[in-house]
This record gives sequence, structure tokens and C-alpha cells, in this order.
Amino acid sequence: MTLHSLSRRSLLKVGAAGLAATALPFGIARAQTNVILGIVYVGPKDDYGWNQAHAVSVAALKALPGITVVEEENVPETDAVAKSMESMINIDGANLILATSFGYYKPFVVDLAKKYPDVQFRHAAPLWNKETDPANAGSYFPYLNQAHYVDGVAAGLSTASGKIGFVAAKPIPSVLSNINSVLLGARSVNPNATVQVIFTGEWSLPVREAEATNALIDSGVEAITCHVDSPKVVIETAEGRGIKTMGHNASQAPLAPKGFITGAEYKWETIYKAYADDIAAGKTPPNFLIGGYNNDMLRNTPYGAGATPEAITAADAAIEALKGGAPIYKGTLKDNKGNVVVDKDYDNYDPYLDGMNWLLEGVQGSIT
Amino acid sequence: MTAETATPPAPAKSAEPDIRLLKLAEAVTIPALALIASALAFSVFLILIGKDPVQFYQLIWTGGFGSSFSFQNSLQRAAPLILTGLAFAIPARIGLTMIGGEGALVLGGFTAAAMAIPLVSSGVTPWITLPVMAATGMLTGALWLGFTGWLKHSRGVNETIASLLLSYIAIAIMNFFVEGLLRDPSSANKPSTMPIGDAYRIGSMPGTDVHWGLAAGIVLAIALWVLMSRTTFGFAARMTGGNARAAKAQGLPVGTLMVVSCMIAGACAGLAGFFEVAAIHGQANASLVAGYGFTGILVSFLARHNPIAIVPVAILFGALAAAGGVIQRRMGMPDATVLVLQGILFVVLLVSETFYGRFKIFQPKASGDRT
Repeated sequence: MTLHSLSRRSLLKVGAAGLAATALPFGIARAQTNVILGIVYVGPKDDYGWNQAHAVSVAALKALPGITVVEEENVPETDAVAKSMESMINIDGANLILATSFGYYKPFVVDLAKKYPDVQFRHAAPLWNKETDPANAGSYFPYLNQAHYVDGVAAGLSTASGKIGFVAAKPIPSVLSNINSVLLGARSVNPNATVQVIFTGEWSLPVREAEATNALIDSGVEAITCHVDSPKVVIETAEGRGIKTMGHNASQAPLAPKGFITGAEYKWETIYKAYADDIAAGKTPPNFLIGGYNNDMLRNTPYGAGATPEAITAADAAIEALKGGAPIYKGTLKDNKGNVVVDKDYDNYDPYLDGMNWLLEGVQGSIT
Repeated sequence: MTAETATPPAPAKSAEPDIRLLKLAEAVTIPALALIASALAFSVFLILIGKDPVQFYQLIWTGGFGSSFSFQNSLQRAAPLILTGLAFAIPARIGLTMIGGEGALVLGGFTAAAMAIPLVSSGVTPWITLPVMAATGMLTGALWLGFTGWLKHSRGVNETIASLLLSYIAIAIMNFFVEGLLRDPSSANKPSTMPIGDAYRIGSMPGTDVHWGLAAGIVLAIALWVLMSRTTFGFAARMTGGNARAAKAQGLPVGTLMVVSCMIAGACAGLAGFFEVAAIHGQANASLVAGYGFTGILVSFLARHNPIAIVPVAILFGALAAAGGVIQRRMGMPDATVLVLQGILFVVLLVSETFYGRFKIFQPKASGDRT
């Protein structure tokens, strides 16, 4: 609205908004604000992966008083997502929007946050920029590599040779860190452990994921994990061939009753619960939220039949250490081309690690 | 019967508007009955899975038309479908089943975004940049589908298969450039071309929240309806669609007609791609591949390849998509629900095609007596 277009009606609106704003703090003293949480997924809610991890977490919030959850699945990264979010605001009265796919952020979340300054928008990737992006938008992102480190520890003691396979989507930093963390976890209990990686090139290519899994098994790996949108194909293929598995994103334990060791899972409900509490209390949720085991944003899937007793003991110990902030990348480490890439102990959230473009010595595979 | 008792010249004159009126009534009644029949069939499906059909249709209304926001939501979603619907309808009138609108849309959008890079970075005004982008997108689309039309006419290559396969090639071409040569370095996790920036993005139509692609679609729909039904080109094209060999025997330039129709189609799809880039994404990336080209095929079939009818049908599809979200949220039904409804609608409407000319009330009485 420009100054020129101020009409009696729009003045009334401004007045009403101002009144509502001043009334808000007093309202909270009596009753909490109801939270209407709208969440959009890029794929189906039951994909055994990224989307399911979110859906399971908001499902845990539905039982709480004062929280209403509205969900929409299979929303593409086009203006469809803008309209879906806007529809949640206009028709359902949502006051907290969670956009869970990478491509939702720009321009859709940013534009909509400018249009609806009273609604809080949070996006599941570390993209929010304090300088340029609206104050009612924000990012949240747990560092899943900590849970994959635990996978590595458990796999190192659940296999005889320590040969682990990894089916990866794209050679971007968050994926590389998961691969390297599996290796470091496995090497912490078995110095001869190796990780063999195959990149498929896309987040969801079920046929190529199955081929990669079979190729890794043919080359002699004893346990397999992955970083793709839906790990279902990888886990089922490996289970079918009698190979042990570690999960990714959500629980895949039901898919592998014989060979499942454990899996790296997001615990989104910690974040979502915190957001909902803030909004209920009339506070603005944090704009930028990252974390891991130290602040309860991750978990490992309960151990399956594939985990040996020693593996369980060691993995539990690793989780305790991570909760205390024990570093994963420490000492002197070389990449698999012989360059020193780590020369000191790095904090698990050190920005240097966010720009990771190397695979450690012990990982067989190439990012180019 | 009354015609026989009347004086001979009178019925000939009064029968003219009658036939038109009857045809219009038939063209409205049959799809309307088909819509009702599919709604009933879908209600049975809903009852079988234990959901309330009344609530379902109420939510379709709420989500698709019920408020100013909902209706604009439907219109915005309809905008690309009008253009891709036209991209299927025009070749269909000449007898070609051209399903490559998706590829023309993607390439049109991509080349428009690529053309914007030098113009935007050298600061050329949007008033020049945007028309140049639009023209680039339309030209690319026109050449892309025109090529398919040429293959069909001169080499006898099946246009359906060729245009479908060319769509995959188009998407691969875009990915090749977007992930390589034209990749914006800051788009690390989602490869995209350089953003054109807010100053160059086409805003909404005044007083609405709907982008200009809708207006362009409606204008083009009217223009193409005039072209197909009121010009010699349209007549020749429809005649070719009716019987290509007869048209050729009459001396019509069948090859040129085919290629030009395909080029018009490609230009429509390319324009849709341009609006996706200039009004929505602000850059070209994999999100351009959203399936609008394929949904446009359904839209065109349901509109019986009539350019004007494509507009309301596209809005109906837009409304179903808009309402789909509300249905998921309120009724806890999966996203596939609306696809089931669309599928039933499509089949019933195709079946209803066979009823044209079968209802006596829509037939002129004189001819009814003779047959």
C-alpha cells in the first residue's frame, strides 16, 4: 500500500491491526495463542525418507493441545507451493508455515513472507540470510552426519571386514559429510574400515539406486547405507541379498527385519515443538536453528537384528560423546587424493565443514 | 411435421438459427451431464472409502471458487494450462496428435531465461527485455514443434512419438546448460540460470494476484478461435484434419498447413514457458518441468479442441488443483484423490463424445424426419 492509496477502509485496517497488535500481549496473559501449523511436502508422506521424517514429527505434535496441523503432500517446487502455503494462511488460518523442500525457499517462501508479515515461515535448509531475507522467515537444519557417524561405529563392529557401501545422490557438502562421517565412525572402531561410494546424480532415481546397491554388493561390501530422498529401494535391495543396512532420514527398520543395524534419523519434532511453543507464548521463533545430538535434533533408529552386542555398546557410547559435543573431524586427516584437509579438531558446526568438497582417505569414490 | 404444413421458404430461413441454437445446447448439455455423471461416480468411490461426498464437493467449492483468494488461486493455476491446452488443440484440429507441449514449454522458458542473461546484466530496460524474452521463448517453441510437424509431413515420422521423445531431449538440453555453462554459481544445491531479478519479473495483473499469463492465454484463445473458425486458413486446416488426402487432392498446401499449425502450438507452449520464468521462477531450472504440457492435453480433449472452450476447462483444472490442497488438509485424503476424480472425469467425458448426434431433441426436426 502506498501513501497515496490510503482510503478510509485501509486506514481502518491499519487501525485494527494496530489494535490487535497492542491487544496481543494482554491476550497471552489469559490464554495462549492457538498454533495452526501448515506443512508442505514435495513428495508423498509415506516415502520411507525425507518427507516421512517430517510427517512423523508433525504427527507427534497433533496430539498436543492448542496445535492444529494442516498438511499437503506432493506439492511441486512451482507457484503451486506458493498458492498452497497462501491457501493454508487464508483458508485454514495458519500462523506457522513449514516449507520442507529445498526449492521452496526462493522465490516462494521469501515472497510470501513479505506479503504476510504476521505469519512465521521456516524452511528446512540453511538458506535464510539476515541481511536480505524477511524477519518472519527462517531456516532450520540438523547436521545428520552426526547420526551417520554412529551408523559407521555400529557398522564397523557389525561386519567382519569393515567394508561399507554408500549410495549417494549428489556430491554436495551435506552428502559428502555424511559419507566421511560414516568412514570416521567405522574407523574409530576398526582402523581397516573403508567406504565405497556410488553417486547416482539425482535425489530420486530408484532404478539407478538399485543398480548401485547391487554393484556395491558385488564388489564385496558387507553393509550399505545411503543418502537419497527415499532409501526404500536401497534398503530393500540389500536386505534381499542378505546384506546389512543402515538407514537414512526416517526409520527403515520395517524394510529390513534381518539385516538392519541402525539408521540416521532427523528428530524434527524437537524443532517443531519449540516453534509451536514460541508462537503459543507470543514469541518469535528463532530465525536460524541448527543442531545435532547435542540439542536433541537427531536420533538413531532402534538397533535391528543386524547389530552385534559390541556394536550396540560402542554406538551408544558414541551417541553420548556426541551429546557432549565430541568432534567428528579431528586430528590430521587426508582426502583420498593425498591432500591434508583436516589439520586440527573442528567443532561439529564449524563453517569450514559446510564447504566440504573432499572425500577422506579410506573412501573409494570420486566427486567429479 | 410442422415444416410440411408451413409455406416452403419459411422453414429454410427459421431452421438456420435453430440448428445453431440446438448445436450450442447440445455442446453445453452433454458435457454438463458428463460432469454430473462423473461427480456421481466419484461419490460412489468416496462412500466406498468411507468419506463424505457432500463435504468433498463443498471443499472443492471452498478451495476452487469460494472466495476471491480461492478463485484467483484457480486462475493462476489455469494460466499455463490454457496455453498448453492451445498447444495441443491447434495441431489436433489438423489431425495431428502432438503431445510435445512439455518440451516446447521447457525449452521456451529456458531460452527466454538464457536470453535475459546478457540483457539484464547490461541493464536493458524491462520494456525491451521482457518482449525479447517472450519472443525468444515463442520462437524456440515454434521451431521445436514445427520441426516435428515437418518430420511428419516430409518424412512420415509419427508426430506423437516424435514429439514425446523430443520433450525428453528438450528437458535434457535444459539440464545440460543449467547444470553447466549457464549455471549461476550461487545456486549450489539447485542448479539454475542467473535470476532475472525482481525488477524484471512480471507482476500481477492490477487488482489481482494472478500473473499476466492468464490474460495472454485468454487473448490467444480468442485469436486462435477466430483463426480456426473464421478464416480460410482455419477452414483449410480443419479440412485437412477431416481428410488429408482429399485436402491435398483439392490443392491445399497440406504440408505448410501442418508445419504452421505445429509452429503456432509451439509458440503457445513457449509463451507458457516464458511466463513460468518471467512471472514465477525468475530463472530457469528443473522446476520448469512441472507437467503443464501433459495436463494441457487433457484440457484440450475435454474442450473438444475448441480454443474458446479451453479457457473454462483450464480454470476447472486449476480449481481442482487448488481445491486438492484443501481436501488433503481438511479430509486427510491423499494427493492422489484429485487425480482419481480427474481420471473419472476424463473417461466419462470421452464416453460422452459418442452421444453427440444421438439425442433426438438436439436434432433439427426436418433432418430428423429424413433419417
